[in-house]
Amino acid sequence: MFWNEKIETMPREELEELQLKKLQATVKRAFDKIPYYNKKYSAAEVYPEDIETLKDIEKLPFITKDDLRESYPFGLFAVDIKDIKELHSSSGTTGKPVVSGYTEKDLDTWAETIARGLTMMGIGENDIIQNTHGYGMFTGGFGVHYGSHKVGAAIIPISTGQTRRQIEIMSDFGTTCLIFTPSYGIHIGEVALDDGIDPKKLGIKAIGFGAEGWTEEIRQRVEELFGAKAYNIYGLTELTGPGVGMECSQQNGLHIAEDIYYPEIIDPNTRKVLGENQPGELVLTNLQREGMPVIRFRTKDLTKITYEKCGCGRTHARMSRITGRSDDMLKVKGVAIFPSQIEKALLKVGDVEPHYMIIVTRPGTLDEIEIKVEASKDLFFDGVKEMMTIQEKIGKSVENETGIRAKITLVEPKTLPRFEGKAKRVIDKRNLH
Amino acid sequence: MKIKQLSIFLQNRMGSLSKPLEVLSNANVNIRAMCMADTSEFGILRLVVDNPEKGKEALEESGFLVKITEIIGVEMNDTPGGLTNVLNIIKDNEIDLEYLYAFTHEKEGKAILLLHSDDIDRLISVLKDSDITVVQSNEVYNL
Repeated sequence: MFWNEKIETMPREELEELQLKKLQATVKRAFDKIPYYNKKYSAAEVYPEDIETLKDIEKLPFITKDDLRESYPFGLFAVDIKDIKELHSSSGTTGKPVVSGYTEKDLDTWAETIARGLTMMGIGENDIIQNTHGYGMFTGGFGVHYGSHKVGAAIIPISTGQTRRQIEIMSDFGTTCLIFTPSYGIHIGEVALDDGIDPKKLGIKAIGFGAEGWTEEIRQRVEELFGAKAYNIYGLTELTGPGVGMECSQQNGLHIAEDIYYPEIIDPNTRKVLGENQPGELVLTNLQREGMPVIRFRTKDLTKITYEKCGCGRTHARMSRITGRSDDMLKVKGVAIFPSQIEKALLKVGDVEPHYMIIVTRPGTLDEIEIKVEASKDLFFDGVKEMMTIQEKIGKSVENETGIRAKITLVEPKTLPRFEGKAKRVIDKRNLH
Repeated sequence: MKIKQLSIFLQNRMGSLSKPLEVLSNANVNIRAMCMADTSEFGILRLVVDNPEKGKEALEESGFLVKITEIIGVEMNDTPGGLTNVLNIIKDNEIDLEYLYAFTHEKEGKAILLLHSDDIDRLISVLKDSDITVVQSNEVYNL
């Protein structure tokens, strides 16, 4: 089953022709309408007419999250605000957030990518989708929502939380498709089992998941719990949202909607473009975005790409599951966190930056984060009460900065490991990669 | 009058108490009294020693986090009700005590109660007004 058979099975040569046309148009629009690109490309002495082949994209400079942040809020919009229909923002709270703007057509393009993915999962107009992704500035909720409308399914916009109610609704409404982060999905399944409900008997046909790291073992656990296949969804707010890559019935990599996104893999150190099947950092370009075309965005996500035709019949490239990051970002409970945020939070409590370490675990199915902070003259008082207050203060500051509640542990000075050069601040014990 | 107490930050884990005590012993600093305030994760070790400055220096050299805190010592009768008598005076004067600990020494029939309050000067005057003996710090250091 295809949502858009012509595009999804297009011979590669034809697809690449289409990509080139769209790329040329995108670069020209960006250069003409957005001062950021105009300035940057002029400085690099590369102009829209230099894009004669797809390979020529390599002449263009990259754009990073910092560049997007500096353009906060609307600096990268190519259209007037009257043409913008929706605004989203990344959960990343390192400094200014990244804003994403969508025209009517962009929302439709977004829905198109999700519709293709839902069709890959076997979901259509007879289905009921329970979307546990949060609705709000986070793109996860709305992306799935619009895609669901497009395929004509009935969507339950329940968001995350209220797990028992989730189970009740699944059972009463006859939900056939679940959208969740893997850890939340396992949590739902286990709560159901505790209440004497077998999640396998709920009639779930397919599961879509994303927004956090996972392994094949986690997928297997989810599939066993619900007795349904679980499909990976990839995307990021900067480029539009979920739907950049979606898995088909083969469950062997995520099809990138290549008529909409142009993928490259680079070596994060040399920034040279790598070949097929070579692991590196994913770089993405919007090929048909009106509101905010993003060209050569460094995702910092590590993966590899194959162009081999898939068993499902689709010709679009497949990326493998994300195996890590080329920077120090980590995802906890689906939220992106940078050690620099923790640093900022600590600096707000004491004047001096304390030595710290972030430890992420998943004791059951949900992530836990602990921040060990070395006590110092600034952070030491003779009273237990004062010390507890300091821990609470740090905890609040971290929560303000990241949106995540962390366990704060004060430890003795010089007891955390020291590293030469760049400090290793994170110990991730979840074994996700 | 005020006694200089060492407050040492320790993690609550097996063996964490022995290291600072060893450091003090190597520096030839003698412990007069001690108490430990602890939570599930960390503790504050409070020590009265014969030479607080020397003790602090030795501990800091070994990487410990140490603060000098001022406390006072009062003499009380080593008999039932001796402690209650002192505490009642403090309570009646509405002084908030942060913590206290006590020890006995050679002086027969007497014990020394160590007290800490944020309002230490008023604590001293209140106790003195009630004819409680506030011991000299040297007396405690050189027991």
